[in-house]
Amino acid sequence: MRITVNVNGDDHTREVEPRHLLVRFLRDDLELTGTHWGCDTSNCGTCVVLMDGEPVKSCTVLAVMAAGHEIRTVEDLADGDQLDPVQQGFIEQHGLQCGFCTPGMMLTGRALLDRNPDPSEQEIREAISGQLCRCTGYLNIVKSIQWAARNRAEADGVTETAGSQT
Amino acid sequence: MQVPASFDYQRAESVDEALELLRRYGEEARVVAGGHSLLPMMKLRLAAPEVLVDINDLHELDHIVLVGDELRVGALTRHRTLLESELVGRYFPIVHDAEKVIADPPVRNRGTIGGSLCQADPSEDLSAVCGALHAHAVIRGAGGERIVSMADFHQGPYETAVGVGEMLTEVRLPVLPGAGSAYEKVERKAGDWAVAAAGVALTLREGRIADAGVGLAAVGAGALNLHAVQTLLNGSEPSEALYEEAGRVASDSCSPVTDGRGSAEYKRHLAGELTRRALRRAVARAGRPIGSTAREA
Ligand SMILES: Cc1cc2nc3c(=O)[nH]c(=O)nc-3n(C[C@H](O)[C@H](O)[C@H](O)COP(=O)(O)OP(=O)(O)OC[C@H]3O[C@@H](n4cnc5c(N)ncnc54)[C@H](O)[C@@H]3O)c2cc1C
Ligand code: FES
Ligand code: FES
Repeated sequence: MRITVNVNGDDHTREVEPRHLLVRFLRDDLELTGTHWGCDTSNCGTCVVLMDGEPVKSCTVLAVMAAGHEIRTVEDLADGDQLDPVQQGFIEQHGLQCGFCTPGMMLTGRALLDRNPDPSEQEIREAISGQLCRCTGYLNIVKSIQWAARNRAEADGVTETAGSQT
Repeated sequence: MQVPASFDYQRAESVDEALELLRRYGEEARVVAGGHSLLPMMKLRLAAPEVLVDINDLHELDHIVLVGDELRVGALTRHRTLLESELVGRYFPIVHDAEKVIADPPVRNRGTIGGSLCQADPSEDLSAVCGALHAHAVIRGAGGERIVSMADFHQGPYETAVGVGEMLTEVRLPVLPGAGSAYEKVERKAGDWAVAAAGVALTLREGRIADAGVGLAAVGAGALNLHAVQTLLNGSEPSEALYEEAGRVASDSCSPVTDGRGSAEYKRHLAGELTRRALRRAVARAGRPIGSTAREA
């Protein structure tokens, strides 16, 4: 069937089978391979994308169910060369090693900060609790999101200097 | 790559349209709400419906309202909404206890109360919660609405009172004066299904327990509403000796099986201990003004 999904601000119309999963639609049809795909059983969370602003596991959403909704993927985080504070935070705080979990983690961080600009460490840990990272031990992911929270006012010129570790 | 078998997809625009589609396709049709139980089963080909009727656009099924002495929760209400609802937390702290440990945030963004109850998996936390609360389910079909108690709603593992051509539209939770409730769950890791869990709801009237409800999850079918424990509790004064006995009866009344999450023996032990803990907290909450549980650690 013919569906239109808004992905990263643009409407994309494609012919898909109803059984086509959102993660395959993004990766195979739209070639947005920033969304990763791991366990395929809704457990690992590497496939997390934002649906109407909130994290969902795209291996457990049908593409047809996403029709008419707004999907945001990691490709949309940066504004041209300007990284999102969450992306910058992952650089500053060494929030990734292999990078497999990173797109999902960053999107969850973005969604959390959009709702709660100053989350506690516990709130950050809760927000990412549905996503596995086999490399970092989570500590640096939490620090990366905290860095982004502190530096949210980047546009207002209060950016923390790169490399500062607090 | 796991891919479901082929099916037709229909997105309903009204409850009547959903019911019409369910009638038309009969046994071959399934409702899809959050899809977080159904789609994994379809990917494993444990389920292969020919038609999916998507009810996600039926916003009239996404509500939480207090009407008289019951809280009415639409079937499409997501776990996340329940967890964030101040009204739910005020009257039913057991629901917030459970929602904090049901799956993880992205799953809670999709999964619904209706899907949880209709899935009728004996491990489903909200089934034990609704069993303990003596909730009622509103089922709608061609002939109109009928209201069934939770005891009648769950007819066995993966079996409910919802018939072909029908759907669950609302869950009604009774608001009782002097009520207290709590949920205790042991899980292997954050976001996992319960190894075992216990929900208790009750009221205190002149120092004695009344309206007791006890529901256990993940310890076999038939534990969503433990009559033996409820009968023991009703009319009794709260005491450690009573909790001890209630735990023992809960332990004896369930039928856990050994699996990757633990041995039957361990789960039976948990059933008793978690019943005692939930009971203690439910009684403590019953003694407090409504809403004060929100400040608990
Ligand atoms: C990784 C993971 C972890 C989880 N952990 C837990 C946990 O710890 N505890 C827990 O309790 N649950 C857990 N769940 C299950 C989760 O809560 C599901 O979302 C929920 O059980 C089903 O809700 P749903 O809306 O997704 O239902 P769906 O998958 O859409 O539907 C489930 C069933 O109910 C039927 N149905 C749905 N709505 C209706 C309706 N209104 N009328 C009639 N039939 C209907 C469907 O046809 C289907 O048969 C977990 C799920 C996942 C993927
Ligand atoms: S691939 Fe979706 S949760 Fe693992
Ligand atoms: S960085 Fe390797 S899985 Fe998280």
